[in-house]
Amino acid sequence: MKFFSGSVRRVGVLLGGLVLALAAHAQGNLEIDTPAVSALRQSMQQRHAQLAPLYGSGAAGIAADGTVALRDAAKVPLAARAQANAAIAAENADRAALYREIARANGHPEWEAEVRRTFAQRWVERAQPGWWVQQGGSWVRK
Amino acid sequence: MNPVPRWLLAAALAASMSACVTINIYFPAAAAEKAADRIIDEVWQLREDAPAAPAAGEGAK
Repeated sequence: MKFFSGSVRRVGVLLGGLVLALAAHAQGNLEIDTPAVSALRQSMQQRHAQLAPLYGSGAAGIAADGTVALRDAAKVPLAARAQANAAIAAENADRAALYREIARANGHPEWEAEVRRTFAQRWVERAQPGWWVQQGGSWVRK
Repeated sequence: MNPVPRWLLAAALAASMSACVTINIYFPAAAAEKAADRIIDEVWQLREDAPAAPAAGEGAK
């Protein structure tokens, strides 16, 4: 009897572990709190103050590939153009690193393209009214 | 006589391991969307509890 209950407990623990493992997978949060990802998030947040006016004027837009694109350089005063270009280039470098780091932090570097695609959709979806977004190959004002 | 056959333990273990592998191969699209939204909130400083801030700041022009 004692032997039997011990075995039953063993199976119970095993099944309990199985249920927990499945629940953990099903809930599926992506890891985005690594030092590398956090540093990129902070860097992008700080740069946003510089980019927001470019989005607002239409000089820059939210591209379909998860990057920021210079749409209309003429909307930026000549003196500020180099700085705007540099900010956009730095933002795109951070974004590329962000997509790569998230895929890697979750143990699947091959997910990078899908992470990028997901972000691309969400950036476009959540762009604010007045900003330009790239949809179906053409630029649309939200 | 062993009331819990060894094959049952082995089968349960195999099932749990294969479940992990199978589920993990696929890209977790919903989780990725959630993660993206969290990061976009932070980068663009959008918060559900302060929707007026971005509208007043950039929409006014």
